[in-house]
Amino acid sequence: MEHLTDRKRAEGRGSARSGTLHHIAMMISAGALVILVPLFLIVVVPVIGAAHAEVAAHFARPFPALVAALTIVVAMHHFRGGVEMMIQDYWQGMTRKLAILAMILLSYGTAAAGLYAIARLAL
Amino acid sequence: MADVNRGSRPLSPHLQVYRLQIPMTTSILARITGNGLIVGSLVFVWWLVAAAAGPDYYAFVNGIVTSWLGLLVLAGSLWALWYHSLAGLRHLLWDSGHGLELATAERLGLAVVIGSVAATVVTLALLAWA
Repeated sequence: MEHLTDRKRAEGRGSARSGTLHHIAMMISAGALVILVPLFLIVVVPVIGAAHAEVAAHFARPFPALVAALTIVVAMHHFRGGVEMMIQDYWQGMTRKLAILAMILLSYGTAAAGLYAIARLAL
Repeated sequence: MADVNRGSRPLSPHLQVYRLQIPMTTSILARITGNGLIVGSLVFVWWLVAAAAGPDYYAFVNGIVTSWLGLLVLAGSLWALWYHSLAGLRHLLWDSGHGLELATAERLGLAVVIGSVAATVVTLALLAWA
């Protein structure tokens, strides 16, 4: 510790210069969700709880299938960005890295599972 | 200067010294609802995967999703979705440089809280009616 200068201690701990791009990406996915979420509420949510045949027939139509697929993908992408910010605010070091990695797996895994299910129902 | 003690320096005041204020509380709620929405997303995708898996597994999962606990989670997620959407729109407005005056910001915060509850009630009523 005694051999470290102030400069050496600070090096590598500054901005990654990716924050602005991250924020712009969040604004773009938010803008997409402003359109997708109301469509999702109108076209997809009412079928939750319906009989199996009705659900299968519903997602066999292109519009509900596309709205559900896009909403899941964009929402999970937006979640990945948001949860990363929260983790970076409250955790450090290896915990932070592992938590971000786990959330990337969870968000894109969830999106993939949703897409697979819609494809199975639609085709 | 290289070996000064950095372990016991005073910390700047944090959350504990502030009274909860509208802009701060509504912003914290935006983070909580946004991250909490993963629960509703997982429930929805589970339900969707169950529908793709076939009628038997769908009946099992649909029974859980439409139980009182499942409906409570879905209704809570619906409010979180409305809240996070409205609060997100407010952040987009702020990012454009508008609505940052204190009085306006506080009114926007109240609008987000009241608007999210109202939108949730209306959505639930429409879903129950349809």
